[in-house]
Amino acid sequence: MMTSIMEARNVTIRYGEAPAVREATLVIPENRVTAIIGPSGCGKSTLLRAFNRMNEFIPSSSMDGEILFRGTDIYDKGIDPVEVRRRIGMVFQKPNPFPKSIERNVSWGPAINGYEGDPRERLEGALKKAALWDEVKDRLGSSALGLSGGQQQRLCIARTLAMEPEVILMDEPCSALDPVSTAHIENLLFELKKKYTIVIVTHNMQQAARVSDYTAFFEAGVLVEYGETQQVFTRPKVKRTEEYVTGRFG
Amino acid sequence: MTGLGRHHSANNLPARRRALAVFRFACAAMTWAAVLILVALLVHVARQGMSWLDWQFLSSFPSRFPDQAGIKSALFGTLWMISTTAIIAVPLGVGAAIYLEEYARRGALSTFIQINIANLAGVPSIVYGMLGLVIFVRFFLLGRSVLAGALTMSLLILPVIIIAAREAIRAVPGSLRQASYALGSTRWQTVRHHVLPSALPGIMTGVILALSRAIGETAPLVMIGALTYVAFVPEGPLDAFTTLPIQVFNWTSRPQKDFHALGAAGILVLLIVLLVMNTGAILIRHRAERRGG
Ligand SMILES: Nc1ncnc2c1ncn2[C@@H]1O[C@H](COP(=O)(O)OP(=O)(O)OP(=O)(O)O)[C@@H](O)[C@H]1O
Ligand SMILES: [Mg+2]
Repeated sequence: MMTSIMEARNVTIRYGEAPAVREATLVIPENRVTAIIGPSGCGKSTLLRAFNRMNEFIPSSSMDGEILFRGTDIYDKGIDPVEVRRRIGMVFQKPNPFPKSIERNVSWGPAINGYEGDPRERLEGALKKAALWDEVKDRLGSSALGLSGGQQQRLCIARTLAMEPEVILMDEPCSALDPVSTAHIENLLFELKKKYTIVIVTHNMQQAARVSDYTAFFEAGVLVEYGETQQVFTRPKVKRTEEYVTGRFG
Repeated sequence: MTGLGRHHSANNLPARRRALAVFRFACAAMTWAAVLILVALLVHVARQGMSWLDWQFLSSFPSRFPDQAGIKSALFGTLWMISTTAIIAVPLGVGAAIYLEEYARRGALSTFIQINIANLAGVPSIVYGMLGLVIFVRFFLLGRSVLAGALTMSLLILPVIIIAAREAIRAVPGSLRQASYALGSTRWQTVRHHVLPSALPGIMTGVILALSRAIGETAPLVMIGALTYVAFVPEGPLDAFTTLPIQVFNWTSRPQKDFHALGAAGILVLLIVLLVMNTGAILIRHRAERRGG
């Protein structure tokens, strides 16, 4: 069996009074890709943001339960959320590069966190891992906003990789991209999972089936089914899951 | 989509075009009316004061004799006052805006403060003059100094700067902040490296407006007792001073025609100072916009 790196235990997340995620319990295995699927509004993004304490920037949100990272509850009193986010990175749905140079986008995170080592090497390493190096190596100093949407998203991935996180959370990272860029990023995931743990939210069933090792299916904030992707897509235990993955609703 | 819909829109299209033309004409007319009035004023002032505007005028102190009188002390007084005001009000105002937008909890208190700041922006300037007189001149014993004047002016323009800076900070997209936080940055690092640079153009606009207001204000300074006859240049923030609008007011209230012309020349100097100052600020803004993207 896989070693677990993160674990949600009885996690309930509310905006005001209304719960968006109810009593979710699931284990994220290390060095695997875990997909979270489910109809719109079922709480996928909400749960994902709980994994690196990004919900704290939404004043109305509150959380019950525990989220463990390597055995420690990341919501414990003594835990610094900044440290949590440094080790658990996030890539967002819409590419959101900083309006700065390509180089600065990648080097900023490590710089403010006082990372040592050659920044040049780190830059090249991160861009290569994100399969972007060849396209941008001659214009590292130009603005990141001049890149295409797909390139911008890979830059955002490179930026996250430069922090050398242990887990990367991705919220529909391909939904704003064309098929070629999407294929690019999907290939990337196969490479990345050798070193990182990835949790990806996606609306695209084929994508979930292609890239993930485990799949969690949510509906109305409730975890309906969770298991190996192969099993969830071919022999789902719950009828609802089958209906969803075969596209009968959602 | 249907034939009916297309028919309908095609039918009222000429009417819509006419309405558009009328509206466009009305807007253009108003713009040009404002511009023309401004030009007329400028031409009038320039014709009156241009011939007096020379080096002698710029480098002399005020005098009883119009042809010996100059604007030196008022010009330096204004420069002293406005730069001291900027040094005090800009960091305070931007700091307050950062606090209110990025740090303070949203709640009753925050709303209360917000409403008060908006109200303060509408308080007549003479009231600030009275406040300055009581607090800075009398209580803190600053006397009729540049510092007392600058502090009073700072009070006057702080609400404007805070409001403009808050708007600018609020307009920075949340996705930028999230990107920054997700890389393990602290609140301050996010503000310092991403929020402020993106908000800078908007903040600069507010600063330009606020300082332009401060440079032309007379009432609060008269209130705290800035002098009308000053035959020296302030050498420090605790020296007495006068400013361009006060000097202009002084000259125009005299009966002699020549002094009125001197007043017009003083207005021209004030306009030039304003222009130079705003050009500087706009240059900074442009650079920020280019970098900030
Ligand atoms: N900032 C917020 N404030 C209040 N309610 C919110 C907020 N964000 C999300 N919600 C609510 O929480 C529920 C779950 O939202 P969430 O964004 O997690 O769904 P999702 O599964 O990611 O949907 P999608 O697939 O459309 O992205 C929804 O009902 C949504 O309206
Ligand atoms: Mg979502």
